[in-house]
Amino acid sequence: MIRRLTAFGFGLLFGLGLLLSGMTDPDRVKAFLDFTGDWNPALALVMGGATATAMPLFAWIKRRNRSIMGDPLAMPSQRVIDARLVVGSAIFGLGWGMAGICPGPGLVMAGHLAPGALVFVGTAILGARLAECLPRRRAEVTPVYSGTQRVLP
Amino acid sequence: MTIILDPTQLADSLAGGVIIGAAASGLLFFNGRIAGISGILASATRRGAAAWQWAFLAGLLAAGAIAGLAGQHLPQGLTGQSLPLLAGAGLLSGLGARIGGGCTSGHGVCGLARLSPRSLVAVLVFMAVAAATVFVRRHVL
Repeated sequence: MIRRLTAFGFGLLFGLGLLLSGMTDPDRVKAFLDFTGDWNPALALVMGGATATAMPLFAWIKRRNRSIMGDPLAMPSQRVIDARLVVGSAIFGLGWGMAGICPGPGLVMAGHLAPGALVFVGTAILGARLAECLPRRRAEVTPVYSGTQRVLP
Repeated sequence: MTIILDPTQLADSLAGGVIIGAAASGLLFFNGRIAGISGILASATRRGAAAWQWAFLAGLLAAGAIAGLAGQHLPQGLTGQSLPLLAGAGLLSGLGARIGGGCTSGHGVCGLARLSPRSLVAVLVFMAVAAATVFVRRHVL
């Protein structure tokens, strides 16, 4: 129960951060991505601020090796930079650039009951199902978010 | 090319970013989980989803619901876009994020914070392609 409450709380905080940051406004996102037009660099501070905040905290949590609840840390185990990573990220970038919205802000705006965001989230789930139909590399292991937890080496 | 610098937007973006970084750190500290939203969304909608995944997604939805209840208007940039375009963008985002193993949150925030070379490559690729997409739609087509 506590784990659900904390997950809900940090999801809420994450969402409020997205709202404040401007990431939920597709016009701002496109203005940030439009380097050759009227460029609005504000959103660079979102990823910059988030990474700068999380980096020391992540390092500290990783040294502890376990969550405060005593659970092992479920860290991504993949290390290889391969075609899947590049092609997948390129397809994602195409989708993000087209509409100026990515999955997090999409979910937040779906909670705001924006019809476009509800459509976006629905088709994003479809897209994820489609990706799961593709053949996987033999070396690929259990997905990070499966039920089994992965302990850091 | 002109650069638009709006002090309020810059401050809000930085503050929002710090809050996002704190939320991602909190999820790792309390739940031992990485806040990769496309991955959580994909897992939560499969059989055998974990309760924390639904709780996290509910938190994101609740943030939007609170904004709505507080009377915040939907951005014109969202309501002004056609549903078929948003459907196509959603499909590509979901597909690409699952093939590439993450999106702006998983690779962009958590991956960079973990100093993952994989995530750095992913971020550079999706930023470049997204910028190219905006360039083509705004200045070519």
